[in-house]
Amino acid sequence: MKHLLIAAGLLTATSAMAAEKPQLTVYTYDSFVSDWGPGPKVEEAFEAVCECDLKLIGVEDGAALLSRIRLEGKNSDADVVLGLDTNLVETAKKTGLFAPHTVEAQYTLPVEWADETFVPYDWGYFAFVHKAGETVPTNFRELAKSDAKILIQDPRSSTPGLGLLLWVKAAYGDEAADVWADLSDNIVTVTKGWSEAYGLFLDGEADMVLSYTTSPAYHLIAEEDNSKTTAAFEEGHYMQVEVAAKLAGTDQPELADKFLNFMVSDAFQTIIPTTNWMYPAVPPKGGLPAGFDTLQVPEKALFFKPEEAAAARREALPEWLEALSQ
Amino acid sequence: MLKLSSCLIENGRFQLQANLHVEAGSSVAVIGPSGAGKSTLLEAIAGFRELSQGRIFWKEQELTKQAPGKRPIAMLFQDGNLFPHLTAAQNAALGLRPNGKLSKPEHEQVEAALARVGLAGMGARKPAELSGGQQSRVALARVLVQHRDLLLLDEPFAALGPALKAEMLDLVADLVAETGTTLLMVSHDPQDARRITNKAILVADGSAHPPAETQQLLNNPPQALREYLG
Amino acid sequence: MARSAQPVSSLPGVAAAFLVAALILGTLAAVALRTEAGHGFSSSDWAALKFTLTQAVLSAVISVALAVPVARALARRRFPGRSLLIALLGAPFILPVIVAILGLLQVFGRAGWISDVLVYFGASPIRIYGLHGVVLAHVFFNLPLATRLILQGWQEVPSERFRLAAQLGCDGKALFRLIELPMLARILPGALAVIFAICLTSFAVALTLGGGPRATTIELAIYQAFTYDFDLGRAALLSALQLTLTAAAAFAALKLSRGEGFGAGLDRAIQRWDGGAPVADILWISLATLFLLLPLSAVVLSGFSGLFLVPFIVLKAALVSVAVAVASTVILLLLALPMAAAIAVRRHSVVELAGILGLAASPLVIGTGLFIIIRPWANPSDLALPVTALVNAAMALPFALRILVPAARDTVSRHGRLALSLNMEGWVFFSRVLIPRMRPQIGFAAGLAAALSMGDLGVIALFADPEIATLPLQIYRLMGAYKMQAAAGGALLLLVLSMALFWILDRGGRWHAEA
Repeated sequence: MKHLLIAAGLLTATSAMAAEKPQLTVYTYDSFVSDWGPGPKVEEAFEAVCECDLKLIGVEDGAALLSRIRLEGKNSDADVVLGLDTNLVETAKKTGLFAPHTVEAQYTLPVEWADETFVPYDWGYFAFVHKAGETVPTNFRELAKSDAKILIQDPRSSTPGLGLLLWVKAAYGDEAADVWADLSDNIVTVTKGWSEAYGLFLDGEADMVLSYTTSPAYHLIAEEDNSKTTAAFEEGHYMQVEVAAKLAGTDQPELADKFLNFMVSDAFQTIIPTTNWMYPAVPPKGGLPAGFDTLQVPEKALFFKPEEAAAARREALPEWLEALSQ
Repeated sequence: MLKLSSCLIENGRFQLQANLHVEAGSSVAVIGPSGAGKSTLLEAIAGFRELSQGRIFWKEQELTKQAPGKRPIAMLFQDGNLFPHLTAAQNAALGLRPNGKLSKPEHEQVEAALARVGLAGMGARKPAELSGGQQSRVALARVLVQHRDLLLLDEPFAALGPALKAEMLDLVADLVAETGTTLLMVSHDPQDARRITNKAILVADGSAHPPAETQQLLNNPPQALREYLG
Repeated sequence: MARSAQPVSSLPGVAAAFLVAALILGTLAAVALRTEAGHGFSSSDWAALKFTLTQAVLSAVISVALAVPVARALARRRFPGRSLLIALLGAPFILPVIVAILGLLQVFGRAGWISDVLVYFGASPIRIYGLHGVVLAHVFFNLPLATRLILQGWQEVPSERFRLAAQLGCDGKALFRLIELPMLARILPGALAVIFAICLTSFAVALTLGGGPRATTIELAIYQAFTYDFDLGRAALLSALQLTLTAAAAFAALKLSRGEGFGAGLDRAIQRWDGGAPVADILWISLATLFLLLPLSAVVLSGFSGLFLVPFIVLKAALVSVAVAVASTVILLLLALPMAAAIAVRRHSVVELAGILGLAASPLVIGTGLFIIIRPWANPSDLALPVTALVNAAMALPFALRILVPAARDTVSRHGRLALSLNMEGWVFFSRVLIPRMRPQIGFAAGLAAALSMGDLGVIALFADPEIATLPLQIYRLMGAYKMQAAAGGALLLLVLSMALFWILDRGGRWHAEA
């Protein structure tokens, strides 16, 4: 206990020494700050140009991140929040805690993006990952009829889970409930988060797992393993766009703007593909890393605009619960 | 003089009255039918039971509200007189210092007490390594170093054989004689009472009677005691 | 009845209980006070409540029912490796939830070892997902705990009693009625209440093994209220519901488990004369061992290949986790020992209740509540480690009390009068009698607390100190970064470290479980 206090004291002392430089505090999700995420590289790259101390604080996932900001309210310690996805944007906007940005960039998102507050930094398509060489269904109806077993995440506790919910809703509208009812015997189980589902899939517990079209890139690039691929669905694939924004209450507004601009610059965007395993929002000058060219590119992008997503969730969640609780 | 002044001890529906005094330096047996309240009387004197009424005095000092350990009393129970995790010497030392931290002279005192009860050189043993008689001797060694004015015995030797029990009682008699301690001893064996006491308190029919001559009481027992003695 | 004098004051214990109650109820209040526009219970909450209760009751009853014959067999038999097996009994309990889920499903899953064998012989794979899967997982976690609690009950019966029974020629059934049944009547209600409370707050395990939203628990609803809905009022309301259910279970257990101890014994080594049928005992021990060790060996096996992939930074996290575990254990003992003493000298329902609430308190509510309370005074992330140690201690408290209270009660009833007559009161009694007499139980409780703290993700995830991560947090992060193999290696490291801590502390106090 005593040592812990000493350790805590030392930490405070070191952060006090660094405080001569202005400090920018960015709240993000935990996997961003982890030693294997983009965090360490982003911190190094930004500190090289900003004359400042960048402090990245990780908070579980995107939904928990927004809750933290709402909990802290107007006098939040955060200057920037990075890592909300489009399904949370509308709620985030309504809090009135965020301020407009100054960023202008040429995004290569499959959808138009012109939000005054939220700046996208990466994006991806949800998809079912499976072993390469297997024949898999090419749409949800076919999946429902097949014997294929899938692992999915719970939309009440997981971002990909919510993504799948909106995917089916965007593709099938009023028929979504029927699709879920038909899918229920294909679903091995529903997990709390992405990691459980993906881990179970790697252990062979199901034929497919809900993840991203970019997931095989990890196995290919980091493990030189080309045995994973994704199933292309004819309905199109739902998109996830991850965004960041400046807090209205920030005491470092200029630095925050600087960070958001840095975020869409090459230095940041080249880090994203092989650390966050997502598509960069602005194409890096050097192009995407080798291996990304092998990924499946959906023919059609499905997407709810932020202002529609909340309403779609409200409608789709009870349908999902109803269909899978039978 | 130990004085029980209009004492009432209650435990549920059980009641025991006591209005008596015991001369300092005397040895007194507490006799009576089983379940009459002999142990209860001793527990009340030692402070393990609160009185519903009345007061207890030792000489000029009132004991009624004092905690058991603060009273000038040492007591041995029917069982559990030693801590199993402590050695014989450590157990005996508790009589001097409850926290067990002894000075050198105090250590010597404990050694001497153990030697006096016939356990010289056995101080390092734990109770489980001692015989029943030896365990009783450790408890007596502790009583010896406690230097209390009163010693209450609630049949601590009941489990010992007749010869051993007689030996222990003789040891007790010697010890109280040497130290001038006042002895109160529960007994259901008239022989024990005759052996080392000259007075006896009869506990029967809800009251503890003032001490009478032991011989006389046992030779001409009142009705309640006669039934018990058979 | 006249109040009798006691060798140790219950005041420090009552104070500790108030501290714990303040931590649990204060954080709940802090969350509730931040409520903006809250919703009441919805129909899906009632469904969640129903499922939560069903699985918790089933899990508790089955865990305890199976633990009785296993503990009995372990109490009666001596065999090589027995003490190792008893130490390993702690293992399932301390695994991070996600690791345990993966380990369990590697054995019991569709593609698990058992299904592989079944499919090889032409049968269909087992269907593990459903209520039975949830119960299976909870039994996996809690059978070892129940076994240890009951085994301890057996070992607290003085050997003199068994000797007496043997002398009287008691056979198995008579012995059971005479000695074992009263002991079980004293131990089981508490064990049931503790396991019920643990299962009440299950979330990821229930959802995954339950196979979908049918297996929605209250804790999931709390999580949803906190994150996706940011409805603090609902979160507080649901958490209060959990606490009420736990309090009700605890009260019922207290009412049922009143009883006296076994009286004095002289620390003779336990020896049993009731041979009984060895076949049944061997069967029970083997079945329990298989059931517990198969998923653990799955964790170990997948960990081996990943052990060399574990990045150096994870080793640093391991050190942090050990430091937090040690701090947490110290805090736990400072709280639990006075509380156990208080309960031992007098029935303090408040103290016992405060002791069990830690189990039912949602970690999310405690974490968020502490965050709200601390934030105006200090930067919460600066206090991440001390707060984690404190919360881990509060969560381990119920287990510690179940372990410590019976021993404390016996010690006071056996030695209280003698101590009083020798003027050994307060601290002297505490340090010279209570603690030495309770050494095995203190060792076991400390070991369990340390191991629990090691494996628990705890509130550190909420407090997010950017500089310091614990081992479970790093394991989760490795998984989040697709590095499942390295994560498995980290999990093995965690398992080994936790077991080592547990073994050292438990061994340090143990005299009864000699092989």
